[in-house]
Amino acid sequence: MMHRKVVLRVVSKFLIPPILLFALYVQFHGDFGPGGGFQAGVIFGSGFILYAILFGVDMAKRVLPPWSTRLLLVVGVLTYGLTGVAGLLLGGNYLDYNVLAHDPLHGQHYGILIVELGVGITVAAAMITIFNVFAGQTGGD
Amino acid sequence: MLMMGAVGLAIARIRDLFAVSMLSGIFSLIGAAAYVVLDAVDVAFTEAAVGAGISTVLMLGTLALTTRKEKMGGGKSKSTAAFLVVAVTGAVLVYGTFDMPRYGDKIAAIHHHVVPRYIEKSGEEVGMPNIVTSVLASYRGYDTLGEVFVIFTAATGVLAILGRARRRREDEEADEGRSGTKEIAS
Repeated sequence: MMHRKVVLRVVSKFLIPPILLFALYVQFHGDFGPGGGFQAGVIFGSGFILYAILFGVDMAKRVLPPWSTRLLLVVGVLTYGLTGVAGLLLGGNYLDYNVLAHDPLHGQHYGILIVELGVGITVAAAMITIFNVFAGQTGGD
Repeated sequence: MLMMGAVGLAIARIRDLFAVSMLSGIFSLIGAAAYVVLDAVDVAFTEAAVGAGISTVLMLGTLALTTRKEKMGGGKSKSTAAFLVVAVTGAVLVYGTFDMPRYGDKIAAIHHHVVPRYIEKSGEEVGMPNIVTSVLASYRGYDTLGEVFVIFTAATGVLAILGRARRRREDEEADEGRSGTKEIAS
């Protein structure tokens, strides 16, 4: 796509790892600071999209093939949904995290962590999938 | 707010869609700044990432597929009717805000329904320092589940509409390629 933009490519190569790291920070620090699954997923997705913009969609697809993002999309939703079902099986209500651990507070903590992870995976996969499909229309140049 | 208005006007006036998508990104960024001023950091985060980042990229992707000039269509009567509808809706919305409590009003209804309970009890019940997270993921778990499904549906919808078309074109190209080689072979 932009084979001669050396500055952009070098700077983005420096920036993409911190972006992905920041996304993980937002994901797992959402209990304490602003952020959570949605924001983390979007940031993670935008890191990949930046890569795809600069190095071409085909290169990005080599890193993260389309089937894997589609799989992750489903995995994210199922993570959320099945956490609720796990609460049911352990004798609570649907999406009741108190029963996930012996201590209700810990149960809430685990529940929220898993659920936010599900949200993050879904959002990131959805963003990457939508971008790939949009960008792939032009023939991936 | 004034800047948002100015950017909005510019978006309405400019016919170059590339500039419009950039301006809408700027609009979202100013919106995010406004949320920070209102102490809604989580919302500002989302607005900056989704509104200013992803949606701008998606709009640019759409522009690459279509064209970057807006088609001039519709007569004067059409635009007058549209203006009337917008003006009336806007007037009704502004009229509606007169009934809203002032910003920071402590007797406003929003501060008396479930919010005090969340603020007082969520530490004991959920144990998260960030109350927004505990409301989002625990008290309002169903809502968030619904939102996740909305995103999931959006992605599958895009895949169903655009992903299919792409594959068909590839199949056709593959077919053409095959028939071409056949002709050469024969």
